[in-house]
Amino acid sequence: MAESMGRAPLWPALRELTLARMREFLREPEAVFWVFAFPVIMTCALGVAFRTRVDEPVLVGIERTAAAAAGDAATARAALQQASGFEVRDIDPDGVERALREGIVQVVVTPGTVPIYRFDPARAESRLARLAVDAALQRAAGRTDAFAPRQDAVRAVGSRYIDWLVPGLLGMNIMGTGMWSTSFAIVTARTRKLLKRLVATPMPRSAYLMSLVGSRLMFLVSEATVLVAFGWLAFGVAVHGSIAALAVVSLLGAVTFGGIALLVSSRAQTVEGVSGLLNLVMVPMWVFSGVFFSSANFPEALQPFVQALPLTALNDALRAVMNDGEPLIAIWRELAVLTVWGGASFALALKLFRWT
Amino acid sequence: MPREVALECRAVVKRYGAVLAVDGLDLAVMRGECFGLLGPNGAGKTTTIEMLEGLLTPDAGVVEVLGRRWSDAARDLRPRLGIQLQETQLAEKLSVTETLRLFRSFYPAGPSPPDLLALVGLESKAEARVGKLSGGQKQRLSVACALAGAPDVLFLDEPTTGLDPQSRLQLWDVLTRFKAGGGTILLTTHSMDEAATLCDRVGVVDRGRLIALGTPAELIASLGTAHLIEVRLNDGAVTPPAARFEPLPGVREARVSDGLVTLGSTAIHETIPAVLRALAEAGVAVRELTTHSATLEDVFVALTGRHLRDG
Repeated sequence: MAESMGRAPLWPALRELTLARMREFLREPEAVFWVFAFPVIMTCALGVAFRTRVDEPVLVGIERTAAAAAGDAATARAALQQASGFEVRDIDPDGVERALREGIVQVVVTPGTVPIYRFDPARAESRLARLAVDAALQRAAGRTDAFAPRQDAVRAVGSRYIDWLVPGLLGMNIMGTGMWSTSFAIVTARTRKLLKRLVATPMPRSAYLMSLVGSRLMFLVSEATVLVAFGWLAFGVAVHGSIAALAVVSLLGAVTFGGIALLVSSRAQTVEGVSGLLNLVMVPMWVFSGVFFSSANFPEALQPFVQALPLTALNDALRAVMNDGEPLIAIWRELAVLTVWGGASFALALKLFRWT
Repeated sequence: MPREVALECRAVVKRYGAVLAVDGLDLAVMRGECFGLLGPNGAGKTTTIEMLEGLLTPDAGVVEVLGRRWSDAARDLRPRLGIQLQETQLAEKLSVTETLRLFRSFYPAGPSPPDLLALVGLESKAEARVGKLSGGQKQRLSVACALAGAPDVLFLDEPTTGLDPQSRLQLWDVLTRFKAGGGTILLTTHSMDEAATLCDRVGVVDRGRLIALGTPAELIASLGTAHLIEVRLNDGAVTPPAARFEPLPGVREARVSDGLVTLGSTAIHETIPAVLRALAEAGVAVRELTTHSATLEDVFVALTGRHLRDG
């Protein structure tokens, strides 16, 4: 940038702009709350909702039937109780659909000489419950197993949902807070004509844009530390790779989304306008980039698009480091995707940016 | 040695879509001069000053600042100019000193933040948040930011609009001292007092054109009348035509509008008795008669037929 080479001093301006941005942020208590507390609350809520259910019982409903089948119902109940691992509930005939829909039970058995299993084949836990119930009832009715397999429970690193979730939340947080705080700072300064005032000084323009990204990096360190430390202390989510690698991936992610935020807010004149643009950019990534569920769920045809998203790259890289303990060299592809997004956005933002 | 030109516009044109904001404007401000652009809202003052500040590019014509053009000398010019914009709101969460340190960091040289505070008399507010300042204090801070690089030229766009009288006086004092130090000032205003008090020369702008130029005294003298007499008639009275007053002694100019007679006079002691006599003869009752020395406001009204604040 020619401007930063000239007489206008880059470093003092960059330092003061970054300090000013950080002060402004820290003096906005609500912003601080959302940036630091929100991801922790989110982790907590999701961690509890999806806590690992090692010996979670299978929820079985037994339909209350006419007295004629009472004997069959008692037999089924006894068989399930003996097999252990089942929690049995009585369900009224007209409550079967509701009980299945709301997950009160995973399968409903209508007792009889030939029992009827009612379940939702679209739900994995419902299919599994049907199999388990069937096996228990068949055994009780006299079926014998062909062999008794030896079992080896796998407890691989990062195998729990929470292990998988925390890096995704970290990625989402790096994207979300970076995009919101940077964009709002820019649009507010633009509507208050502060940007116009700044370009009326010899301030190097790139210093302003760099200060926004730079101040984000400062906060990122504490943000990421809070979230990772919380995941570790509350849920035992470990970082299996090196902390340095995690830091590099997080910083690169923050710079990338800082650049995208500059681009998104390069022209916006109102906070409402930029909010719409931010949602347009971020909502697809919340869905496609594997924050709450794996992006492998999307069909093959969509994968090139899904894999090209910066949040997919960031989440994959964070999971590789945190869950699998991969070194940076193993995730060069993800790092390259992030670098291209960040670099291209920053360069384009410098060209498109409106100061007035 | 002749005085150097600090700021110059030659045949400058600026359009916003179909609106012609500045229409072939010529202007030259000398080094060390305080020059005021005077005119109603929408006259093109802000557009003109922003072209000189290098924030807008003219559609036609030449703009020169300190003998150079924005197209090839922006980097050399910026550190030498201090700019205060009409609508800028500084960051409210920063303190006064932090704001000044920020602006100071953009310039290679200039006074320290404490010195800047002293320049504008805000020492007691050094640690206050910008959001807690009064309008006058914010405006002085804004001028202090403009002074952060020890500029040669200071641009001020309506610096005292909306300020209370005391804040205006404090700000005028700051500008007077800047000028005493050899600085050049270009300011826009629609305040007559301000132009008359601060400015060495005034350019009157209307509809994107410079319609009068001179020292405040010259402009007032150009009216040809040292005094103005305003006679307000009783409600319902039929206002006599201007021609009825023109032949009266001392009258140089007569304007009438509904219920109001305005006379420019070179000899009010002769004019007033004659006017009262003429009105009495016409059977018109007088409600109020006032006289004042001609001001820049009168110049503007004489030039455009409109009052400045009408916009």
